[in-house]
Amino acid sequence: MFAPEFEYHRANTVAEAIDLLSSNPGAKVMAGGHSLIPLLKLRLARPGVVVDIGGVAEMKGITIADGNIRIGALTTHWEIESSSQVAEANSLLAEAAGGIGDTQVRNRGTIGGNLSHADPASDWGTVLTALNATLEIRGPGGATRTASPTDFIVGPLTTTLGETEILTAVNVPVLAANQRAEYAKMAHPASGYAVVGAAVVVNVDGHTCTGASLAVGGAVPAPVRLTSVENALTGKELTFENIEAATAQADNDLGGEILGDFFASAEYRRAMAAVETKHALFHATEVAHH
Amino acid sequence: MAKIPIQVTVNGQTHQAEVEPRTLLVHFLREDLGLTGTKIGCDTSQCGACVVMMNGSTVKSCTCLAVQADGAEVTTIEGVADQGNLHPIQEAFWDNHGLQCGYCTAGMIMTSVELLQRNPNPTAEQVRAGLEGNLCRCTGYQNIVKSVLAAAERMGG
Ligand SMILES: Cc1cc2nc3c(=O)[nH]c(=O)nc-3n(C[C@H](O)[C@H](O)[C@H](O)COP(=O)(O)OP(=O)(O)OC[C@H]3O[C@@H](n4cnc5c(N)ncnc54)[C@H](O)[C@@H]3O)c2cc1C
Ligand code: FES
Ligand code: FES
Repeated sequence: MFAPEFEYHRANTVAEAIDLLSSNPGAKVMAGGHSLIPLLKLRLARPGVVVDIGGVAEMKGITIADGNIRIGALTTHWEIESSSQVAEANSLLAEAAGGIGDTQVRNRGTIGGNLSHADPASDWGTVLTALNATLEIRGPGGATRTASPTDFIVGPLTTTLGETEILTAVNVPVLAANQRAEYAKMAHPASGYAVVGAAVVVNVDGHTCTGASLAVGGAVPAPVRLTSVENALTGKELTFENIEAATAQADNDLGGEILGDFFASAEYRRAMAAVETKHALFHATEVAHH
Repeated sequence: MAKIPIQVTVNGQTHQAEVEPRTLLVHFLREDLGLTGTKIGCDTSQCGACVVMMNGSTVKSCTCLAVQADGAEVTTIEGVADQGNLHPIQEAFWDNHGLQCGYCTAGMIMTSVELLQRNPNPTAEQVRAGLEGNLCRCTGYQNIVKSVLAAAERMGG
């Protein structure tokens, strides 16, 4: 398959990329190309200009300091999966990265491209929502702003990123000693994409839940926090029964629109959202293994 | 559209070319350089028939633009053998009947090269997970896994 014709520019810095976006309305940046190139080949995207940011060094790499993990937007899934420092600082990041697509997708795909593409079936949006990540965004004139994943991803393939803005980095807190985290995904058997994914971070004091941050994706147009389940769980002992009772409320938080297709109906995904959340909680808190 | 000059070192040989931005790396390798060992199967980043090594890690060359390979070192299946001596992974595929029609083989071997670099002594399960992005339409997975495990042993993993 051949992509439609486009003009190609290479940016070496974030500022250069933003200049190129500003002077070429409708231009698209390309990071790893693992969502953009398939779209171009299917001619579902037809940008006149592609700005290759793959070589922007300032957007690469991982730094861990003062309880914060800063991941450059161009960092690949494989770099996150294979970093022993990341695994130690936040096991959920490494685990989620290792479950994306296949080896080659992880070698090329980037965390920033994944978030910016905002496919509802992607993993990072859900995982970073549960982890309370903060995204760094840069615009023309060096303007910077930050956003939470749920402020950023607002619907299928839709973000609040401006036409001339670039997502530059993702900041994730280091997990505290009393935090347990897990991602459970029902993966599409062909692509590995999430049909339903549930990410959980639970604060524990002994066997009691002292706070929780839970998110579901895949089943919904954009990742959602499960506030009802979080509230139902907080202050409770982490038993099989309490987790079952709390996750039964997941439905309250999913919102009006549940995705469905020939592979998995909306009704099924709705049920699986609660099930995957339960599995993630069981696993995280070692109450039961599924 | 303006063509873009690129310089790519493929199997140790440096090539200079001018390509349309939309040219896929797999087309550049097969059609411009005549290296047809790399196959196109699905053309949609699923099957892995087109896997090559680029700057030390594998990539599906149907999902990579030739312009993205500018300045890169690429190894294709043609560059895996060492002066006519088959790579231990190639030998292991031969010995263990790791191929039937052979269409997936180049990609399987390229992915296996990286797999054994990252994990020289994998379990069968780890081999299966590592080859997730490579499909064999002849469904000869048992012998492919056997081949990779045999190669690991031969390579002293
Ligand atoms: C076979 C296959 C299986 C996959 N399986 C999974 C899976 O299981 N889970 C999963 O989560 N994902 C999966 N993916 C998607 C993969 O993770 C992509 O790599 C990712 O979604 C996009 O990242 P990229 O760097 O390739 O972005 P690109 O394709 O380069 O860009 C994607 C979009 O984001 C924009 N963009 C990219 N970077 C930035 C930036 N820094 N700032 C602003 N805009 C930007 C681009 O303009 C484009 O619109 C799969 C992909 C394939 C091909
Ligand atoms: S042809 Fe590239 S993955 Fe199938
Ligand atoms: S040997 Fe025929 S596709 Fe694998």
